[in-house]
Amino acid sequence: MFWRVVVASLAYRRGAVLLSIVAISISALTLLSVEHIRQQARQAFSQTVSGVDLIVGARGGDINLLLYSVFHLGSASRNMSYQSFDALQQSADVAWAIPLAMGDSHRGHRVVGTNANFFEHFRYGQKTPLQFQQGQAFKQTFEVVIGAQVARKFNYQVGDSLVISHGLGQHSFQQHEQHPFTVSGILAPTGTPVDKALYVSLAGLEAAHRPAGMALDAAIIPDSITATLIGLTSRLKTFQVQRRINEYRGEPLMAILPGVTLTQLWDSLNVMEATLRTIAGLIFAAALIGLSATLLASMRERRQELIIMRTLGARPSFIILLIQAEVMLIATTAIGIAILLLWTLLSAGQSVIMQWLGLAISSDFFTANVGLTLLGLVAASAMVALYPSYRAYRMSLVVS
Amino acid sequence: MITLSQLQLAYQQRPVLNISHWRVEPGERVLVHGPSGSGKSTLLHVLAGLLLPQQGRVEILGQTINHWSGRKRDAFRARHLGFIAQQLNLIPYLTVLDNVLLAAHLSQRQGLRHTIKAQAESLLAEVNLGGDVLQQPAHTLSLGQQQRVAIVRAMIHQPQIILADEPTSALDDANRDQFMQQLQRLCEQQNATLVMVSHDLSLMPAFSRVQALHELQAQENN
Repeated sequence: MFWRVVVASLAYRRGAVLLSIVAISISALTLLSVEHIRQQARQAFSQTVSGVDLIVGARGGDINLLLYSVFHLGSASRNMSYQSFDALQQSADVAWAIPLAMGDSHRGHRVVGTNANFFEHFRYGQKTPLQFQQGQAFKQTFEVVIGAQVARKFNYQVGDSLVISHGLGQHSFQQHEQHPFTVSGILAPTGTPVDKALYVSLAGLEAAHRPAGMALDAAIIPDSITATLIGLTSRLKTFQVQRRINEYRGEPLMAILPGVTLTQLWDSLNVMEATLRTIAGLIFAAALIGLSATLLASMRERRQELIIMRTLGARPSFIILLIQAEVMLIATTAIGIAILLLWTLLSAGQSVIMQWLGLAISSDFFTANVGLTLLGLVAASAMVALYPSYRAYRMSLVVS
Repeated sequence: MITLSQLQLAYQQRPVLNISHWRVEPGERVLVHGPSGSGKSTLLHVLAGLLLPQQGRVEILGQTINHWSGRKRDAFRARHLGFIAQQLNLIPYLTVLDNVLLAAHLSQRQGLRHTIKAQAESLLAEVNLGGDVLQQPAHTLSLGQQQRVAIVRAMIHQPQIILADEPTSALDDANRDQFMQQLQRLCEQQNATLVMVSHDLSLMPAFSRVQALHELQAQENN
């Protein structure tokens, strides 16, 4: 009987109730989206690179080195010499070294000069190796391997020809048209910046900058590269090797631990994250306060019905629970709609987000954090209903 | 059945009720009349335990209810009293049947749900309400129909006492007569004591005792 009264009461005031549900749904959707995307972005960032013990580059900022070498964001202010890279890979403590040479692009996508070690040793996510969905790694000087997103965006197939440009901009006036590259392989999607990049050999990258007709040696090597990813023979030696690189006398170099620098990066983004969460929380609070205000405003018109209930013998707890139940039903319905909307949007938008942002967003957002957020939303709704419930109870006492 | 002793109730220093002694016997049908604002509704609310006097004793069915907690008075009212108000008697968004069943629910009347429902339908039929009307929201009924539902709602838990606060004031003559007949018949059937307050003296023939409120108040002086 109690729930019949609750449902009938809400149905009677359906106009205001529907508006409240819409307002709370939108605000809960915002809050859940911020929380989910924040977690997914964090996860995606942390899974971009895996199994790399050290990243080495010219001395500068730690975060900057991580950003340009792994996330392809920004650019290096200075390069490191190929000689230093060679010395590093010869070191007994280094199991493998991946050179990264950046500075060129193809239609807004980074072109990275590297070697076969990249396809053999680079890992992402839970130490997942790179896989080819078509073709194979480059073997010839003017062969290129392209990321999944580049292939999809420009509809490239193995065997297609493309030209790289000098610089990192979307449009470049200096195309290396004299040396077109042939697509030798297309990588499987990874949900990391690898999908948005093109990979050529160091020799190919160097050769592309040479004038047409000039003799090209297959063993051509560049003078410098941008950064190096290193895997050590033993992780116990990480700090020892890091110190040795930082004190390297050949040129000013620095080595960073990707995990540590990623944490620093998150720390620096904490304020932004907290701001986003606060704004989303405030939007939700505003919607709940709106609901509370609507309930309070309706109390005058409900006075008679509350008095009738009291004269029938309804206890104060019945009146209080009635208002609480109404608010909880509105809030849980709205939150349910928000969950359904978020799931639908994520399911439908996954491929679009992947295509445009290169971010793999899962539609499965039921994590412990989201669970806690949902509990918090329900608890906040119950809190907001306390005052209208108390007012209803007080009102029902004044019968004469 | 009902005894008021040395009862005093005032609003903001203004005396409203001052009754030294008043008694209603079981099965009586009492009409208390008086002009608007004389305290008739206040008297009923005191009898229902909704208002507490500043002084005196309110004894209902042998229990001094004005010394009880609000919670206990609520439970007592739900079980032993039926209340019919002037108008806007029903919860507007509940159906006719649910208005009656809510009263049964609040009285915590023992019985199977379908038995109580059958009894509610039977009582509603006795006041000429049945069929589709039972599933109509209360706010769609005419005033006369609403007051008839109010009788059934007051009776569903078989209370010993019915308190009625000017229930006919908004009804036309035909509806008033029909309402009074049905109320009397159901009170007789259930052997319930009826205390009604009204300013309408044309209702007098339906009652075994008729008293003006000022007479009750004056008893202190006699």
